[in-house]
Amino acid sequence: MLEFKMPSLGAEMTSGTLTEWKIKPGDRVKRGDIVAVVDTDKAAIEMEIWMDGVVEKLLVEPGKKVEVGTTLALLQGEGAQAAAVSPPAARETGERLRISPLARKRAQELGVNPATLRGTGPEGTITESDVERAAGEAKPDAGEAPSIRRAIAAAMSRSKREIPHYYLAFTIPMAGTLDWLERENARRPITSRLLLAALLVKAVAKACQEHPEFNGFWKNDRFEPSSSVHAGMAISLRKQGLIAPAILNAEKQSLDQLMESLKDLTARARAGSLRSSEMMEGTITITNLGDLGVDQVFGVIYPPQVALVGFGRVSVEKNLVATLSGDHRATDGARGALFLAKIGKLLASPEVLL
Amino acid sequence: MSRITYREAIRLALQTAMRADPRVFLMGEDVGRYGGVYAVSKGLLEEFGEERVRDAPLSESAFVGAGIGAALGGVRPIVEVMSVNFSLLAMDQIVNNAATISHMSGGQFSVPLVIRMATGAGIQLAAQHSHSFEGWYAQVPGLKVLAPATVQDAHDMLIFALCESDPVLIFEHVMLYGTEGEFIEGSPGAAPFQAEVRLAGTDISIITYGGNIPKALKAAEELSAAGISAEVVDLRSLRPLDTETILRSVQKTHRAVLIDESWKTGSLAGEIVALIAEKALYDLDSPPIRVCSREVPIPYSKHLQEATLPQVSAIVEAAKKAVNRA
Repeated sequence: MLEFKMPSLGAEMTSGTLTEWKIKPGDRVKRGDIVAVVDTDKAAIEMEIWMDGVVEKLLVEPGKKVEVGTTLALLQGEGAQAAAVSPPAARETGERLRISPLARKRAQELGVNPATLRGTGPEGTITESDVERAAGEAKPDAGEAPSIRRAIAAAMSRSKREIPHYYLAFTIPMAGTLDWLERENARRPITSRLLLAALLVKAVAKACQEHPEFNGFWKNDRFEPSSSVHAGMAISLRKQGLIAPAILNAEKQSLDQLMESLKDLTARARAGSLRSSEMMEGTITITNLGDLGVDQVFGVIYPPQVALVGFGRVSVEKNLVATLSGDHRATDGARGALFLAKIGKLLASPEVLL
Repeated sequence: MSRITYREAIRLALQTAMRADPRVFLMGEDVGRYGGVYAVSKGLLEEFGEERVRDAPLSESAFVGAGIGAALGGVRPIVEVMSVNFSLLAMDQIVNNAATISHMSGGQFSVPLVIRMATGAGIQLAAQHSHSFEGWYAQVPGLKVLAPATVQDAHDMLIFALCESDPVLIFEHVMLYGTEGEFIEGSPGAAPFQAEVRLAGTDISIITYGGNIPKALKAAEELSAAGISAEVVDLRSLRPLDTETILRSVQKTHRAVLIDESWKTGSLAGEIVALIAEKALYDLDSPPIRVCSREVPIPYSKHLQEATLPQVSAIVEAAKKAVNRA
């Protein structure tokens, strides 16, 4: 139902006398129609209507003086229906987050969920530095290098202080695998070709399913296996330092998906826009230094994980050395040997990795 | 380069302008024989005579109006109003005439009038001589409003103002007249209607003008000792506002403290906060804070006057609150 009210027809007009109706109930009116004559203190004025609709009821008798804003007539119009069916405004669920506008913008850029942060600003407000701390990236102008170096120093010192490492190396013949990869890529468009790195991730993830004692965290003097494999990828940053964000649920991803994940993760790691879950949830780390000509990698475990798998380069004899850094509290060398052998076996039959 | 006082810098500018251009003259209460209530025009009567250094009767409306007429008539009046408080008697002349004539005549007439006024509190002159109303004038289209904080600006802004074809109001804070500073004769000076960063910093922007610049710099010094790097932005021109410099600073520091000696309600500080909210909300890491005078007529007694005005300690406290190191 629309209400047609007495308009103010001049700056000082507070009331007016309706002298004549030019419409009756049932009439269809449209915006701009003259519907009544109103006598103000100054003149008789033909009054236009500014809505479309059908006149339902006239509420004021001609000759009556009414104040500005008084409802003169009721109309049935499309507008009324539209208003009635418009959905109620979405309600805020829960308390609104106390976060500065800048921090909210940065959180979006860095892929940090602000709801997980604790604010250190005025009255507990989440500030830009809270977001950047969570994203594992210091403010660039404050000097990214020292802060990331400090983070690496803390994690690696803790690892070497607390974790009794053992190291195993296992040579995997790769000739067959590389042939398969070449054939596979030959029939793929360039954009969806596979890299050996994706096969390595998949092999480790699958081996973890069979050897869950390497996938999880050492916490409170006991090993807590993880049901999913979040493969932490050691990525060196262009300036300096490295981070190991995780490919979440790597065991469930196809090789194509893993290729996408690797590309995406590397790009975002270097752009500094990782999500906090990717930073925190790695259950095993994979380091691949083969590209840089390294034969074997003896890595330092990223606590509280219990294993790190390293890959060197493929030699001229088409051999690849996979290494395992194991946490001797969680596993022994014999289990480690089986784990590496499983990785080797999976890589030897790459079609099962697809 | 020499060290001179703020009042000497203004006198020097008056002298230079009057020597250079015979159309320039000074008019106001006590500017002649008495040498100006703040001793700015001392000695000018002797040099330029009664025709060009004119003592006006105690009627702000009359002598500001005469100044407008003279400007329309082709000369270059500099009208001194003893205090912005008294200028309210001439507000009609300034707001309804000086500011509108160019507009209402379709640009046929211009009012090249310079009005100098003392503003602000600090020397116990009580409620009728201590208020800061420059923010009111800064709201009026057709006026240009300047507020020199340094000795160099006190000189240069008067020279700039005389080059304008529209009315220019210059506000001189009473606490600045005796301050000393570096003055370079013939310095190109900063662009007249641009703000200046007086001190560069990274953690918070302290934005103010005129008599509060020394307080802002003192606060920045204390903040620096507490490990907070404050940037001090001197607005210099209150109308037009140099929004670019303000926003650039806030976009760098992500925090702002505004100091304004007028009352907080409806203040220029509020206008700048609105500007920041409109144009730089997503650069803010904490709410802007206004440090203004308490909402009372400025008291006479010293301790109450101090308690009413923005003080260094309050600026420091506000800045620490904004960076959460209170």
